[in-house]
Formats: sequence, C-alpha cells, structure tokens
Amino acid sequence: MENIVVNLLNGLSWGMLLFLISVGLTTVFGVLGVLNFAHGSFFMLGAYLCMQIMHILPGFWSGLILAPLVVAALGAVIEKWLLRRVYGRDITFQLLLTFGILLVLDDAVRIIWGPVYHVVEAPAIFAGVFPLFGNTYPVYRLFLVIIGPVIGIALWAFFRFSRWGRIIRAAASIREMAEGVGIRVPLLFTAVFAFGTWLSALGGALAAPHQSLAPSMGERIIIESFIVVVSGGMGSFPGAFVGALLLGLFESFGTVFLGRVQMAVPYILLAAVLLFRPRGLFGREA
Amino acid sequence: MKTAGLLKFLVRGLPVAVVLVVCPFVLPVYWTLILTEILIMGFFAMSFNLLLGYTGLLSFGQAGFFGVGAYCVGLMLTHGGESLFLALAAGTLTAAVASLMIGFLCVRRDEIYFAMITLGFGMMLYTVAHNWIELTGGSDGLPLLTVPPLRLFGLELSLFEPATMYFTVLVVCSAGVFVLWRVVHSPFGLMLTAMRENKERLSFAGADVRRVRLAAFAVAGGLAGLAGGLFALFNTMATPDFLNWSFSARPVLMTILGGSGIFFGPAFGAAVFFGLEQLTTHFTENWMIVLGAILILVVIFFPRGILGTAVHHFRTGRERRP
Repeated sequence: MENIVVNLLNGLSWGMLLFLISVGLTTVFGVLGVLNFAHGSFFMLGAYLCMQIMHILPGFWSGLILAPLVVAALGAVIEKWLLRRVYGRDITFQLLLTFGILLVLDDAVRIIWGPVYHVVEAPAIFAGVFPLFGNTYPVYRLFLVIIGPVIGIALWAFFRFSRWGRIIRAAASIREMAEGVGIRVPLLFTAVFAFGTWLSALGGALAAPHQSLAPSMGERIIIESFIVVVSGGMGSFPGAFVGALLLGLFESFGTVFLGRVQMAVPYILLAAVLLFRPRGLFGREA
Repeated sequence: MKTAGLLKFLVRGLPVAVVLVVCPFVLPVYWTLILTEILIMGFFAMSFNLLLGYTGLLSFGQAGFFGVGAYCVGLMLTHGGESLFLALAAGTLTAAVASLMIGFLCVRRDEIYFAMITLGFGMMLYTVAHNWIELTGGSDGLPLLTVPPLRLFGLELSLFEPATMYFTVLVVCSAGVFVLWRVVHSPFGLMLTAMRENKERLSFAGADVRRVRLAAFAVAGGLAGLAGGLFALFNTMATPDFLNWSFSARPVLMTILGGSGIFFGPAFGAAVFFGLEQLTTHFTENWMIVLGAILILVVIFFPRGILGTAVHHFRTGRERRP
C-alpha cells in the first residue's frame, strides 16, 4: 500500500511536468506543423534561468514568473528568424533545424553554467517533507501534483473560451480558412511558438526544485515528451494530458514491477500506439 | 548499360580511391585514425541515405542496427571467434535480420510517424544493450580485449596497427559502397526513387509498397550493422552509446551536411563533420555549439547540402554554356 501511494505520487508529479512540456509541443505541432526537437532545451533553459534569477531577486516565485517570459521571448525570436524559413519543407529539415537549435542551446547552457549539477531549493512554504505511512514524502512533489491539473484546467479554459484560444484552434484545424477570415497567420505562428516555449520553460522552472539541474536534462525529457505527444495524438490537448499521466505512472510503477525492463517501457508504449492507433489515442484519423 | 554504369563508378571513384590509398603513407598516424573514423561513419551515413535520399524515409533508429552489428562482432570475437570476416559477416546478417523484423512493423507508417516508430525501436535495442548486463556488460560496454590478426598471403597483420586497420576498413567499406551503388542503380533502385516521388502511383503500377520498403530497410540495416562491426573493431569496444538516439542523429546530419541527393554526399558530410570537429576542438571545446550553428545555416540556406549545392552549380553552369 505504502509503495503504491508513493509510486502514484511520483508518477503523477513527473506526469504533470511531462504534461506541461508536452502540451506546448503538441500545440506547436498542431498549429505550425513542426515537431520541435529544441523543446526540451527550452525546458532546461527555464530551469537554469529560474535558478539564475533566484540569485538576483529573492525567492523562487520571481524566478518562476520571470524565467518563462525570458525564454518565451527567445522562442519568438527563433520562430521569426529561423523556423519561418522551413515551413512547408520536408520534415527532415524541420527536425534537423530544431536539432541544430538544440545543440546550440545545450552547449550554451554548458558554457554559461558549467557541466556540474545544480540544486534549487524549494520555496519555503513547500519545503520539507510530510509523514506518509511512517515514512516521509517531499511536500514540493505534492504541490506539483496539485498545480498540474490547475494549469491544465486554465489552459483548457483558455483554448475553449478565450478569443486567442479560439483563433489558435481555428488555425490548427484549417490554416487557409483562418487566413481567409483575416487572422494574421505569421503573427499567430510567432505567438503560438512563444506560448509553447513559455509552457515548456514554466515546466522547467517548476521542475527546478524537483530534480537537480544538469545540461542533459533537456535531452532526457524531449524524447519522453515526443512519446507523450505521439501516443496521445499529435496536436491533441487531452491526448497530451492522458499521455503524460500514463507515461509518468508507467515509469514509476515500472521500477517496482518490471525491474530493468522498465527502461524500455516508454518505447514499447510508443511503438504499440503507433502500430495499433497510428494517429495516437486522441488523434483524429487521417 | 550495366558496364557503362560500372565504368562511371570506376572513373569517378578512381581519383578518390587513389587519394584514400595514398593518405596513410603521407599523413601522420593521428590523421589516419581520423580518416578511418570518417570512412566508417561515412559508410554508415551512406547506408542511411538509401532510406532518406532514395526511398524518402527518415529513420531515426539506424543506430540500433549499427549497434547490433557492433555487439555481434564484439560477442563473437570475445567468445573465441577466430575469423574477422566471419564476425563482420555475422554482424551484417544479424543486423539485417533485426531490421527485417523491426522493419516489418515500421514500413506501415509514413513521414513523422515512421521517424518516431524507428526512434522507438532503436531505443528499445538501446535499452537491451544497456540493461542486459550479463551479455553486453551494460553501460560499461563490451571491450574487445583480443582482436584476431588479419591473415593475408601468409602474413599476420595486427589490427592494432593504424594503417592495417585503415586499409581493412577501406576495403570493407568499398565493398559495402559497391553493394549500395548496385542497389541504387538496379531496377529495384528505380522503384525506390519512384516511391520517394509518389508512392501511390508506384502502388497503382503494381508494386507492393511495403515489400519494396522492407527490402530497402533490410539492406540499409544490414549495411549499418557492417559499419557498426567495423566501428567496434576500430574502438576495440562496443558501448550502448552506439545505439542511442543521439547516435542515430549523426548519419542524418552528415547526410544533410553533404547532400542527400548525391550518392557520395553523406560520406562527404562525414568528412566535413570530422574535419570541422578537429578544426574547432583546436580552439574551443564547445564543438556542439559550432556544429549546431553550421547545421542551422546549411538547413536554411543550402538544403541540397554542401556537396549537393556544389554539384548543382556545376551542372547548371555547364548547361547554360552554349
């Protein structure tokens, strides 16, 4: 019982971080049609910038708010100057362009903050542990489990009811039609990409107290969020939510029940979904 | 026709072959080692380009088959195998069988979905190499403590000698490239190009799209295994890193650097890759940031790749002349 609850919480908290990064990835793919390899690097950048801002301004919250904004601005620049040139080209070029951006960003992080691990303290109210079945569990992870659905609902409401949300959904379903009714698509693309990077960096900043920061953290999460986005259905919002929770739970329970096969579980999930439901669990069939 | 194609191959390949043969005699040992690595990775990238450039399939899991070849050679030689070429042949065959089985499932998908499913299977092979510790040695890798000498004309040559290693790699890679050349210039190769251009039309013309793709996938996988086997000999080691997705990205970026539309483009890309790496690491240890910047520039401004752009200019320039 104790094991089950601990693994449930571990899986949910990791799943929530995966959800934040995947929802940005899937939105960018849905609207721009680009699968962004550099998305994990924005996640990492969010975490590192959060740490850096915490050195200058007091408190975790200033980092959590400011870091994603800085990264989103970088995202807007990247979309406008680089990504815009490869729309409509073969996917190989889009993947490799964003892979090039990944290499640059990851190495830049290594230059600026060094190859060593960094640790970010959790904010005072969520620091420490609480008792759980005679053992202890970090409060911050519980905070992640709660904040995840809150952000999820806020995003859902944004997409469902706000003007910008509707515009994004319109552009994602039929780009030409959106252009036809007067939406400035180039501006929208920049905004959507910046929004995606903001979400990813927000996930990174939230992850900072949860895991130690290292220049490899982007590479690890990008493959997992690819798996989430593809198995949930590319461009699907509920798909990203369900996919992220599934993957988070599979991984945490896998360590208990599967031993060393656990490492292969995400890839088996990916291959199985692609074989039996090629457009993902929540994707529209082509 | 067939002899004309062969002649073209020889005429074009001959100057390159001469340079490659002379190189180890005039270059320092260090550069012979770099050149050996270029040959192996260039051949790996060319085998990958059978899928990307000729068939129009982006595989992100070729490192899986590369690694299968590497571990197969490593395991045979550490378990008492005496023949180098038997080990390499077994590595090629095992990788071909693995890619036949995995490809059977993968060829049903297209474009980004194909890239993702190959990524998934490649990473499954990675986890096998990483976690089946009894067989593979886990994350420490599988060291090749003894490499049998090369027996040729009554001579025994040690592969630990860089020049011997280089010429072994050169001969094996040339044979592999010749196989690729024959495949690309066969009727089957034409079907691959037709598939890249329009697979519906090819299927209306009566071809079984999946079987053609699977055959190309198996050939590319088998040759990737051969490259992996050579790489294991070269490093006297096989490690799980050979199978990781970031290793799969290497042939992709080498191919794009050199040009996917040119037969030797990927090998040229490999030469550019390692040449630049040597040049850059001379000044700074941050080679990745330079590579990323070059990749971004090539993708945006030279989508045909470096060699591809040069050849294109040369050809269009020649056509313009009266």
